[in-house]
Amino acid sequence: MTRPTVVLVDYGAGNIRSLRAALERAGAAVTVSSDRRVVERAPRLMVPGQGAAGAAMDALRAGGLDDAVRRAVAEGAYLLGVCVGLQLLFERSAEDDVTCLGLLPGRVERLEGVALLPHMGWNDVDPVPGRPHPVAAELPAVAYFAHSFAVRDAGAATLATTEVDGVRFASMVAGDRIAGAQFHPERSAAAGAAMLRGFLRWSADVEARGAA
Amino acid sequence: MLRRRVIPCLDVSAGRVVKGVNFVNLRDCGDPVEAAVRYAAQGADEIAWLNITAGDEGWRTLLAAVERAAEQVDVPVTVGGGVSEERHVRDLLAAGADKVSINTAALRRPELVTECAERHGAQCIVVAIDARADDGPTGSWTAYESGGRRATDRDAVAWAEEAVRRGAGELLVTSMDADGTKAGYALDLLGAVVERVSVPVVASGGAAGPEHMADALEAGCAAALAASIFHDGTFTVEEVKATCRTRGIPVR
Repeated sequence: MTRPTVVLVDYGAGNIRSLRAALERAGAAVTVSSDRRVVERAPRLMVPGQGAAGAAMDALRAGGLDDAVRRAVAEGAYLLGVCVGLQLLFERSAEDDVTCLGLLPGRVERLEGVALLPHMGWNDVDPVPGRPHPVAAELPAVAYFAHSFAVRDAGAATLATTEVDGVRFASMVAGDRIAGAQFHPERSAAAGAAMLRGFLRWSADVEARGAA
Repeated sequence: MLRRRVIPCLDVSAGRVVKGVNFVNLRDCGDPVEAAVRYAAQGADEIAWLNITAGDEGWRTLLAAVERAAEQVDVPVTVGGGVSEERHVRDLLAAGADKVSINTAALRRPELVTECAERHGAQCIVVAIDARADDGPTGSWTAYESGGRRATDRDAVAWAEEAVRRGAGELLVTSMDADGTKAGYALDLLGAVVERVSVPVVASGGAAGPEHMADALEAGCAAALAASIFHDGTFTVEEVKATCRTRGIPVR
């Protein structure tokens, strides 16, 4: 069986190397690319993220990668956004007050009310009851977070939430072929690796459909 | 619930893990990537990696080793030591570091913290502070630069506040008085910093065992860092966590 292909969208975010290594450990064949033609034809995309949403969206737009990602998704590609990569899936971010990709309804807000920001470290990932989803078949019980902004209300896309100082936010989201993790699966030990394998399994039909 | 973190620290010189007492008398403690993988497997919540060699060649060696570590380790890795410009931060993040710590360069040019935080996000910018208690009964500390070799004219706690104002997303606070003594962390210094800032504080310097690490976490630190107790094999990360659980401190 051939290894599932993932195109890791390289727009200058810092955690490319660790995500690539984690995806490879999970069994994927990874292409790191900043070429919009490669991105728009990808069967599976991963949008990484570190740093500020505004800078990330600027970098995506500068290379025409925002449209390439939207086109890939419209053509049937599966997409996983990690950390700021999850935030970019939504309509707008209060960080730098920037318009994002708009693939999922909702807004990114600063985690007001949390005593220490950034929210940094290992925290619980609580599944939303009655909302099973194949990408979250192996959700980490505890995962590593490092962020100050998050989506407080992701509506029906919310698969799991995380709470800190009484503030709850969406830590795992998914729509039709689009998923996002606010935590870092590549830095969440064995539990994070299991989630990445879950993403590859969920998207296994993409090769069968010949979208690649 | 957000867990408190236990962080083994690798002091790396010329590609080898070393540990000294009061910043001198370094001894060899093995390959840093092997050590990082071993600690991650033991349940380390993060790995701290402090480069203590200078120069361009030392820098290239460091980047190559960080790349290997980032690929093999599946928990966060924080790298610092010799970071004097924004491009160093960029290099280390590109090599796979999750966070970068800045010490001397931040003291000499505090705007560097802001520049790095704006470009890369506060969550990956750590300001490391080496502090020594002032003489007399004042309960104050002075920040030191250059690996603890030179005093600055800055009060360590005031500097901690300024570093956070300038964009630091975390502080790594080392007591030079306590470092290497195995007499426990400087809880008075840590408490003074924790009280004044709204970012996570990592305790460093002085741990002889799990009880000391639990003490720092109980004092409000988000994480406790230690080197020699792990390198010497005196304690495992899991033993530290077991002690924390017994004392009701939430750990992974």
